[in-house]
Amino acid sequence: MIALLKRDLALSVRAGGGFGLALAFFLIVVTLTPFAVGPDSGTLSPIAAGILWLGALLSCLLSLDRILALDFEDGALELLATAPIPLEGVATVKALAHWLTTGLPLTLAAPALGVLLNLPEPGFKWLTLSLAIGTPALSVIGTFGAALTVGLKRGGLLLSLIVLPLYVPTLIFGAEVARRGAQGMPLETPLALLGGITLATLALLPFASAAAIRINLR
Amino acid sequence: MSEKLPRPSSLWEYANPRRFMALSGATLPFVAAGTTVALIVGLAWGFFFTPDDYRQGSTVKIIYLHVPSAMVAINAWLMMLVASLIWLIRRHHVSALAAKAAAPVGATMTMIALATGAIWGQPMWGAWWAWDPRLTSFLVLFLFYLGYMALWAAIENDDTAADLTAVLCIVGSVFAVLSRYALVFWNQGLHQGASLSLDKEENVSDVFYWPLLICLAGFVGFFVLLILIRTRTEVRARRMKALQARERMT
Amino acid sequence: MMPDLGKYAVEVLSAYAVTIALMLALLLLSLRQSAKTRSALREVEAARQAKATAKGKADG
Repeated sequence: MIALLKRDLALSVRAGGGFGLALAFFLIVVTLTPFAVGPDSGTLSPIAAGILWLGALLSCLLSLDRILALDFEDGALELLATAPIPLEGVATVKALAHWLTTGLPLTLAAPALGVLLNLPEPGFKWLTLSLAIGTPALSVIGTFGAALTVGLKRGGLLLSLIVLPLYVPTLIFGAEVARRGAQGMPLETPLALLGGITLATLALLPFASAAAIRINLR
Repeated sequence: MSEKLPRPSSLWEYANPRRFMALSGATLPFVAAGTTVALIVGLAWGFFFTPDDYRQGSTVKIIYLHVPSAMVAINAWLMMLVASLIWLIRRHHVSALAAKAAAPVGATMTMIALATGAIWGQPMWGAWWAWDPRLTSFLVLFLFYLGYMALWAAIENDDTAADLTAVLCIVGSVFAVLSRYALVFWNQGLHQGASLSLDKEENVSDVFYWPLLICLAGFVGFFVLLILIRTRTEVRARRMKALQARERMT
Repeated sequence: MMPDLGKYAVEVLSAYAVTIALMLALLLLSLRQSAKTRSALREVEAARQAKATAKGKADG
């Protein structure tokens, strides 16, 4: 499993793997926001936390179809399915690799972009924390979506349509934590719920992903 | 389809496409007649013969569309969930096809609930749209229906499509419930509480209650009717595909 | 016959119109699909039948 993780990481860092693409997209979304709503810091600072969460979520979405599609095309997925590690483990490792190359960099980049959007001072730490807790869920859910659509020729758009509704709870609680943090309000409840969602998806969704992969390989 | 079939000994035998076609063909006219009567009586009663609410004026008449469509919208998803589970566990094709047939009906009902909700909300809340948790959950539910239908449409192999959509339906159900509670947490709503439950004392008063019940029956009948029609279509389409495939083989 | 809908007449009527239009559209669409597949299936089955009888004659 470690070997698989290493291989996935190496593949995604290599040229054309999509690493960095998500970060660039995140930067662009944040840059474009003031163009759309105006440069006034009074407008920007209350919505900064939400925009950053939404931007991170959309950036995550970009690289989802790469999680499984390449392996499916060259037959590596079939080898993995017959390998001694269970397919559920493969799905988890794939999600982990996706998080390490997308979710983690996005989390680390978010505070810097927060400066651009006049995020209020106390918000930085909570924004980072909420993204750190929430983005793994995004990767795991995304892997499930990728597993559903892996057999399709042009699954990209369909993948977004399927995955985005599934992102609703994570987005709500994650952005709520960041927003309340920025305004200095109590935030234990959404934080706990966000953590709960991440843990629950991490524990349960790999089974659904593995089932979907099996169906697609049949 | 004219040969005599032996009497079914269990409900599961209706999973046999031939038996399903026979039964659904026989019941279809009755369902259609009942639905038409219930819808006409309920809507006419509600529209013409109920008084205005002292607070909401004549907009209260929208309840006869809004509440039943919303209920059917949710229960259609529930039915899809049950049908998907049956398909995954017992591999009855009719079940998978029924789930497929239900999705567009559920989506339409969601659309009706959203539209009537917005039209009702305009005079009551002063805005066409409010990010009220219930209204928003319906929007999210609509997105779920769209994703589900898109996945059905995208996959060519029928059994693969049935399997994958069933998995999506099950996972989606969990997330739909989660979203519902997340939305309540996110924004406390403008909606009134339950408008229809067993203890009708504290809910809608009598004059509105009976026509609402009849409308509910009508909408449920409409749902069943469409499921029957659409599932029959799917069964026929599937049979045609099989015949054509056999033709090509020989 | 028409009840007095007061100042909300537009809202109530449009709600009814939207609902009935959507339900009718769905019903008609379903019926059309149903009729289409039914006739198509009948055609395929008839063709198959004809082939089978032709083959039977040739054999007999």
